[in-house]
Amino acid sequence: MAEYLLSVWHDEEFEVDFEGDDMQRIVAQVDQFNADLQSTNTWVYGNGLQPASSATVVRGTDGDVSMTDGPYAESKEQMGGFWVIEAADFDTALEWARKATVACEGPVELRPFQSEG
Amino acid sequence: MRADRAAPALLDSVFRREAGRCTATLIRVLGDVDLAEDAVAEAFAIAATRWPVDGVPLNPGGWITTTARNRAIDRIRRERDSDGRHAAARRLHEASMERDPDPELADLDAYVDVVPDDQLRLMFLCCHPALARDAQVALTLRLLGGLETPEIARCFVVPEATMAQRIVRAKRKLRDNHASYRIPEAAELPDRLGVVLHAIRLIFTEGHRATTGDALVRTDLSDEAIRLGRVLVDLMPDEPEAVGLLALMLLTDARRPARTAADGSLVPLADQDRAQWDRAMIAEGHQLVRACLRRNQPGPFQIHAAIAAVHADASTAEDTDWSQIVALYDQLLAHRPDAVVATNRAVAVAELKGAEAGLRELAEIDESAVADYQPFHCVRADLLRRNDRLDEAIVAYDRAIDLTTNPVEARFLADRRAAVAPTT
Repeated sequence: MAEYLLSVWHDEEFEVDFEGDDMQRIVAQVDQFNADLQSTNTWVYGNGLQPASSATVVRGTDGDVSMTDGPYAESKEQMGGFWVIEAADFDTALEWARKATVACEGPVELRPFQSEG
Repeated sequence: MRADRAAPALLDSVFRREAGRCTATLIRVLGDVDLAEDAVAEAFAIAATRWPVDGVPLNPGGWITTTARNRAIDRIRRERDSDGRHAAARRLHEASMERDPDPELADLDAYVDVVPDDQLRLMFLCCHPALARDAQVALTLRLLGGLETPEIARCFVVPEATMAQRIVRAKRKLRDNHASYRIPEAAELPDRLGVVLHAIRLIFTEGHRATTGDALVRTDLSDEAIRLGRVLVDLMPDEPEAVGLLALMLLTDARRPARTAADGSLVPLADQDRAQWDRAMIAEGHQLVRACLRRNQPGPFQIHAAIAAVHADASTAEDTDWSQIVALYDQLLAHRPDAVVATNRAVAVAELKGAEAGLRELAEIDESAVADYQPFHCVRADLLRRNDRLDEAIVAYDRAIDLTTNPVEARFLADRRAAVAPTT
């Protein structure tokens, strides 16, 4: 078995309106996806992130540690949340990534971890 | 065995035939693409020194496979003894394989038997949909075609370092992601096979009409694509689209001797000396098309092949059954409603009903979809010329020439343009 990161990406301006119909639908879909991950022993961890504006970059250089307000990458696209899954192989992980993008209605990046789970 | 001065040439042809098959099996045995490539290269290096002295073995392909196998077994043995855990970590994942991925040494001989399916596994691995198209093509040519990286770089006119990086990156991505060495299951097969067919088609097209380089045709790539098409049909005889692709490539490549004049210039289909077409290839292509028709599960490659077969049937350009070709393009549009098919259909309509009718078909196509599509502008220029709309034809020729990357084709278009506008 190997571990993979499934990260969800969206535009920085993305506003989470949990009352809206779209969000209600997505939340229901993601709940179902999470349940599927858990019932198949694929789930390792998963959660959504607060907006990228809440991020702090902490950087250590020659013993000095500095902090900057805001996310590391100053790009329009930011990570909105992620899952860590355990899957038998690449194609199995890709199949979960397909289900993930359908559930959360946004692009999902699949990336393997270095060590096998 | 006999000493043979021709050994290097023979070695080369054995290499072309056996390298892919041998590499495919050794990837399964060793669970690692790089180790497999090393073992095969080592076997050919040994052959290169032994054959000129000892003579060529009666079954050169078998000799190579056995030698590479033995090298592989030696290697597994060494790594099991010394650094077994490291070796295991490097292996490609083998989840769907029934055999124990770490077999007892006693079973190794059976384990490294050449299984025809291995080449199929390798095709699906090289053409994994998570790889970019150019990476799929490069990996297919490297691992299944046995082409050296510099050769592949020359074929696609990219720097050697770029091609080397492309191949290393693709192999690394498959390994890091734990890609399985397996044949896709029935449910995923149509999509996965489609990717393989398109990669082979791309290799053929690049060989048939080189987008770069001085010659119109790059024979080695067309030959390699046809060879891969044959391997695929041998291994998946029940996939009509695979048969269709092979038929299409044979029927297209049959015209190769007539496609360029003695001075290297391009000869369009209508002006080709059909006596120069390769009759054996046409006969084989026809036979495959008929087999597809009997099966009656039409798909885009089969329909394309049927169109090529109608062309091949006509002993002169005037004898071409254009109404049948238009009907086949109608079928194709139902499968693939895109601008490429619509452009080709317009050519057939123009032959059937005249240039004006063809131009009307072209006008129906979404302009944004064909803005940079070179064949569209070639066709449009030609139809405008035939319709005596010369000013518009010149503009269209200029656009077509701008978009042309093959110098032979650019020369042909420039000549046509000059004939329309003799004063400029």
